Amino acid sequence: MTATDAHITSQSSPDAGPVAAVQPALSIGNVSHSYGPRRALIDVNFTVQPASFTALLGLNGAGKSTLFSLVTRLFGIQNGQIKIFGHDISRTPGEALRLMGVVFQPRTLDLDLSLTQNLLYHAALHGISRREARLRSAEVLTRIGLADRAGSKVRDLSGGQMRRLEIARALLHRPRLLLLDEATVGLDVKARADILDHVRQLVTEQGIGVLWATHLFDEIMPADDLVVLHQGRMLAHGPMARVIADAGAQDVNTAFMRLTGTATLTGRPPT
Amino acid sequence: MSSTTVTPERSGFSLSEYIVCLNGIVWREALRFLHQRERFVSALVRPLVWLFIFAAGFRQVLGISIIPPYETYILYEVYIAPGLMAMIQLFNGMQSSLSMVYDREMGNMRTLLVSPLPRGYLLFCKLLAGTAVSLLQVYAFLLIAWFWDITPPTIGYLTVLPALVLSGLMLGALGMLISASIKQLENFAGVMNFVIFPMFFASSALYPLWRVQEGSPMLYYVCQCNPFTHAVELIRFALYGKMNWVSLAVVGGCTVVFMIGAILAYDPSRGLVRRGPGGGEA
Repeated sequence: MTATDAHITSQSSPDAGPVAAVQPALSIGNVSHSYGPRRALIDVNFTVQPASFTALLGLNGAGKSTLFSLVTRLFGIQNGQIKIFGHDISRTPGEALRLMGVVFQPRTLDLDLSLTQNLLYHAALHGISRREARLRSAEVLTRIGLADRAGSKVRDLSGGQMRRLEIARALLHRPRLLLLDEATVGLDVKARADILDHVRQLVTEQGIGVLWATHLFDEIMPADDLVVLHQGRMLAHGPMARVIADAGAQDVNTAFMRLTGTATLTGRPPT
Repeated sequence: MSSTTVTPERSGFSLSEYIVCLNGIVWREALRFLHQRERFVSALVRPLVWLFIFAAGFRQVLGISIIPPYETYILYEVYIAPGLMAMIQLFNGMQSSLSMVYDREMGNMRTLLVSPLPRGYLLFCKLLAGTAVSLLQVYAFLLIAWFWDITPPTIGYLTVLPALVLSGLMLGALGMLISASIKQLENFAGVMNFVIFPMFFASSALYPLWRVQEGSPMLYYVCQCNPFTHAVELIRFALYGKMNWVSLAVVGGCTVVFMIGAILAYDPSRGLVRRGPGGGEA
């Protein structure tokens, strides 16, 4: 089964409702945003397709978190348009947000509640009945290997376990688009790899469209789509191989450096 | 890779989804309250200190004439009991506001704000949850006060409930509005000095307004304009099975105004919440 096939299959999930139109998972159209006189995003344009993994690559301060706040409607859109499966986030936020799962950069779990209680709370915010929420919670906790910790306080989990729980929580209402803002920050190498593998599985097995914001080149795979954001401007967008070729580089690290004119995070000189 | 997919169309939300959401928010607030036992204790100790110590000291100083809703002479403890009930709600409203600022700084608030249900409804649910918690505190206070000879008519325990709900909503909405305009947790101390204390002392909670008028006509008018005065009077009358229509109108009106203000303040397109470049609400 192809990724797209898998995605279309997933449309028949109980939360999906009847099938209607053909749309990209996420569409960002000419989005600009300013904090007073400082322009944080300038005419950003790109799409994320269903059953695809799109890496949003940029240094700290590039505008990634601002973009996430706009997509999730934490901020109001000043200029441009954002659509989730065709639903304008400004005009029909309910329909758009229902199709989206989000993992923010800062932890958003309630540390004093148990794993199950955190999941049940999230389910309630999406109108999922208590019985159904319990079933789904048990299911996702088993899937992420934390079923035996269901009653533990979140405070007692490791950083990697918290991230896995946040991803599980973001998927509880069965969204079609998953946004992750630097989800592996602060985690060790193994925890990072586990989480990345888990998210990539969601793309191939469940057909979920993923937008993965990062500043770490080793998290990007050749098959990924790439969006390069720098100082609020989108410098490149497309399959990773094409972005590298267009930059006249040999690898993503060098391509990024040539596009942005900055030293890379690894500190390697340009090739 | 395919560039197209099918869009699931399901507009609006069912009544059961709204109810599930409300239940979830109230349940979470109750859980947090249970986890913070010291919050419950301190919420009770504060009014009890006023009742047991302050009122005992002032009993002989302040004479209370027969004023509605009372039909006979009363002890000072009896007079200030409704004011202390409102004080519990005032502090609870500000505590909820504080926890919203904290949640915003810690990121928990995002979970609520990215929920698909209408944001105004989510904030209203949060307000109801905070009010429910304040009701528990007030009735616990009334239970203890009963042993201190604060014994309103039995029916009063029931008739005061709607008044407590309304005043709890008003004070909670005020707290929510304040929380939207506070940039950082550290700034919250100012709320104590500029909101809680002036509201409490410039009201009829501790002394009847005719007494205030004798001492300072200006302060009397300030007290009359204070919504907290009307929350106290609404509770006082309801506790004795009576209705103060003016207070009901003021409290109801202020609830609506504060709630609309809070919803607008948390609206992403025109909110008072300052947007930080880090992506979070600062």
